[in-house]
Amino acid sequence: MQVTRRQFFKICAAGVGSSSLVALGFAPGEALAEVRAFKLARTTETRNTCPYCSVGCGVLIYSLGDKAKNAPGEIMHIEGDPDHPVNRGTLCPKGAGLLDFVHSPGRLTQPEYRAPGSKEWTPISWDDAFTRIAKLMKDDRDKNFIAKNDKGETVNRWVSTGMLAASASSNETGYLTQKIARSLGMLAFDNQARV
Amino acid sequence: MTNHWVDIKNTDLVLIMGGNAAEAHPCGFKWVTEAKAHRKARLIVVDPRFTRSAAVSDYYAPIRAGTDIAFLGGVINYLLSNDKIHHEYVKTYTDFSFLVKDEFAFNDGIFSGYNPEKRSYDKSTWGYQMGADGYVVTDPTLQNPRCVYQMMKAHYARYTPDVVSSICGTPKEAFLKVCEMIAGTAAPNKTMTIMYALGWTQHSQGSQNIRTGAMVQLLLGNIGVAGGGMNALRGHSNIQGLTDLGLLSNLLPGYMSLPNDAEQDYTAYVEKRASKPLRPGQLSYWQNYNKFFVSNMKAWWGDAATAENNWCYDWLPKLDKGYDLLQVFENMNQGKVNGYICQGFNPLASAPCKVKVSGSLAKLKYLVIIDPLATETSEFWQNHGEYNDVDPAKIQTEVFRLPSTCFAEEDGSLVSSSRVLQWHWKAAEPPGDAKGDQEIMAGIFLRVRDLYKKGGGAFPDPILNLTWKHRQPEAPSPEELAKEFSGKALKDVTDPKDTAKVLVKAGEQLNGFAELRDDGSTSCGCWIFSGAWSEKGNLMARRDNSDPYGIGQTLNWAFAWPANRRVLYNRASCDPSGKPYDPTRKLIAWDAASGKWGGADIPDFKPDSPPEDGMNPFIMNPEGVARFFAVDKMAEGPFPEHYEPMESPLANNPMHPKNEMARANPAARVFKEDWASFGKPDQFPYVGTTYRLTEHFHFWTKHARLNAIIQPEQFVEIGEDLAKEKGIKDGDHVRVRSKRGFIVAVAVVTKRVRTLDVEGRKVHTVGMPIHWGFMGLTKNGYITNTLTPFVGDANTQTPEFKAFLVNIEKV
Repeated sequence: MQVTRRQFFKICAAGVGSSSLVALGFAPGEALAEVRAFKLARTTETRNTCPYCSVGCGVLIYSLGDKAKNAPGEIMHIEGDPDHPVNRGTLCPKGAGLLDFVHSPGRLTQPEYRAPGSKEWTPISWDDAFTRIAKLMKDDRDKNFIAKNDKGETVNRWVSTGMLAASASSNETGYLTQKIARSLGMLAFDNQARV
Repeated sequence: MTNHWVDIKNTDLVLIMGGNAAEAHPCGFKWVTEAKAHRKARLIVVDPRFTRSAAVSDYYAPIRAGTDIAFLGGVINYLLSNDKIHHEYVKTYTDFSFLVKDEFAFNDGIFSGYNPEKRSYDKSTWGYQMGADGYVVTDPTLQNPRCVYQMMKAHYARYTPDVVSSICGTPKEAFLKVCEMIAGTAAPNKTMTIMYALGWTQHSQGSQNIRTGAMVQLLLGNIGVAGGGMNALRGHSNIQGLTDLGLLSNLLPGYMSLPNDAEQDYTAYVEKRASKPLRPGQLSYWQNYNKFFVSNMKAWWGDAATAENNWCYDWLPKLDKGYDLLQVFENMNQGKVNGYICQGFNPLASAPCKVKVSGSLAKLKYLVIIDPLATETSEFWQNHGEYNDVDPAKIQTEVFRLPSTCFAEEDGSLVSSSRVLQWHWKAAEPPGDAKGDQEIMAGIFLRVRDLYKKGGGAFPDPILNLTWKHRQPEAPSPEELAKEFSGKALKDVTDPKDTAKVLVKAGEQLNGFAELRDDGSTSCGCWIFSGAWSEKGNLMARRDNSDPYGIGQTLNWAFAWPANRRVLYNRASCDPSGKPYDPTRKLIAWDAASGKWGGADIPDFKPDSPPEDGMNPFIMNPEGVARFFAVDKMAEGPFPEHYEPMESPLANNPMHPKNEMARANPAARVFKEDWASFGKPDQFPYVGTTYRLTEHFHFWTKHARLNAIIQPEQFVEIGEDLAKEKGIKDGDHVRVRSKRGFIVAVAVVTKRVRTLDVEGRKVHTVGMPIHWGFMGLTKNGYITNTLTPFVGDANTQTPEFKAFLVNIEKV
């Protein structure tokens, strides 16, 4: 009687006395060995930089999907970039947990709104959020913009709305944010470098 | 960093003080290990705690938090009185021989010109003696008692080893051992690197801590050389970039500054910043200020910026005072701020004195949060039990929480501590409906612009004319923005020596800031980043890690500002004749045959200026040399002086025991109501200090499962003596209290935090990691900044998180 390896285990699991089957010479045929495929072999590799401290370690991000339109990427592994001259493939205890930052349950996934005095968030569409924020900003700016100071000097500033910018955002975001803030006349404007 | 991470491998001695690279910057710290292993370099750590950096050091010296200037002032005294300085370097490349005004004075801790009511100085006496030729008067013999060398020597003579030991609590023999090791690097072929971080900046005298360190390095000739430098280990992945881009209340991109109210005249504004040389033959590179400024205005306002309207100078907001984070929260607390936008910033957790910050946020009409994570600030209005005990019904602030992408979901560049701009690529879509920051900023801005377009309103011109030439206006691309800050020619840019020769054609990307013009023919959003994206392409994306000279420069890896230069002031690594002080660590040298400077790095110098012309290496200073005497650049004086932290365990400043004005930094700004929030040692006898752990990054990684598993719960660290005194055992819950509130945490009793002998008595320290809060995957905890005082450094207003007063009790 020929049984495959899988059938053999089924028989074994089936019950009484099965442990003695091997002793009776009732053994399966040759095992078909298969090396488990290297998990990252079919992933897409993307080069990135660790967003934590300022060492600027190179990281390699591995994601499922080949960047085809109908195959959204799913990041499944992040490791140090061995080509990078500073970190040479290593990551620290912070960087080693990057995958859990990307997939954190604390990630925000949709715009939310909290009304004055309310105890909860309610969902809001992007368009409604942008429109409402723009209205609040313009109203405040129109009301409190200072074109000239008491001495009659031109000062063109708006200090009743402020902003804190992110020092983990890119230069491109930072540049755009700086340009927008100053065009509005903002001065109450800082980033984490202040603390 | 004046130097860069890999360059640390070239050093002979590492001083880590005011930082803890082994835990906070582990992959950068590897280069310390490399230097130790392959150059037999030694490591000194000076810190209130025996950190993991200290654990692998060759020598560790404890110090009381907030006394770094006393320690380093003592080092300066040791170097000067034992003549352990780099003579040619200090004589030629620093202001040693410059004569200081006769009116300048220093009496019992206070410099000339102090106004105690305003807590600030009239700095008019803090300057040089000027000659009839318009240049600073010098005394090359260094004998004149008013020369910087003699004045500095006299100033620091007071910092004797006994005084240092008594103030800092560092055993005298430990202090002297550190001095001796440091002094060894005065030899021209030896060098030391100083690595510091928030342990130096987060003090009411933070900027002067760093200056004192830089003065030590200058005395030793360790600035500008491979393996040397002053190396600020920045705390976030792009805190360097956002600083470079000028996202601070008073700055424009590339360290240009916004005008004050009084600066109504554009020409005078530029002239003040375009300093003329103070010594013959010096470059004073800021003379090009107008080229950077005009190109910036062209980038922002395009055709609307013309010579006739002073390139829209009046469109820039003018400053009546600083609007730093502390000032803005003070204004908010007074009800003067209606709206606030937090883009990836969590001030409830990272600003001092939580009770004030929380109360201030509650006075806002609207708050906009843009973040990948659910931050504490976004829920400041929500009751989270003991950790955030507020009543939402009483908080009338409208809050918007907008989800943004994280690093893995976007393209763009970040500037590392090494000043290297590195491009990164998007690996996946963000979760749910999250959007990129650029799209979010555009979404808000375009709607504001539309409202002004349709309905008019207050001064709409700068909004309506802001350049916005994006193929998808609602989603400006990183490539477009990077090209904009790197800069392009609007008209043909010609060679000033031969105007027939076109260097860059109209419409092309510029090669660097040397091509910027002040006639409106160039556009560049950040002059120091110029050339990052040239006609050669995106240089920030380069990935050639070859190191042909073997000293770790990798000039073809990404792009470093300025001009792809890796070590700042590298001209100072050569003697006046242009030969490297240490040929084994050659960065650049003068090549007489080609008439150029060159080598392993891009020269930080006029590339064709021969040594015999006598141009000095510090080309950004009008003096051409480095300054020990800071003239009017610092708020609290030209020479750093030890002042106690605003909250100190001592009743007075041991340097000036009878002068109450000189107890703490006399120029530190304190808001009127905050004086009452400072504690005294009778109620709060212990020194509190905050810090970070190697397993966590600020308030982010408590949202990441792996990090939350390895450091799940809030704790504080105390020494064995204090534990015994207070009956606290390892693992007990303790309440740590300051004048501003309390936190409860698990006590870790450790030998790593020790009791120090200060001014004849015992001083205990309570160490507190900052990483917990009421959001995320770790066990909920108190925000450590509940405890910290609302006062900052006199120059930068960076809060004093590193030294304040607390009490502790078992719960």
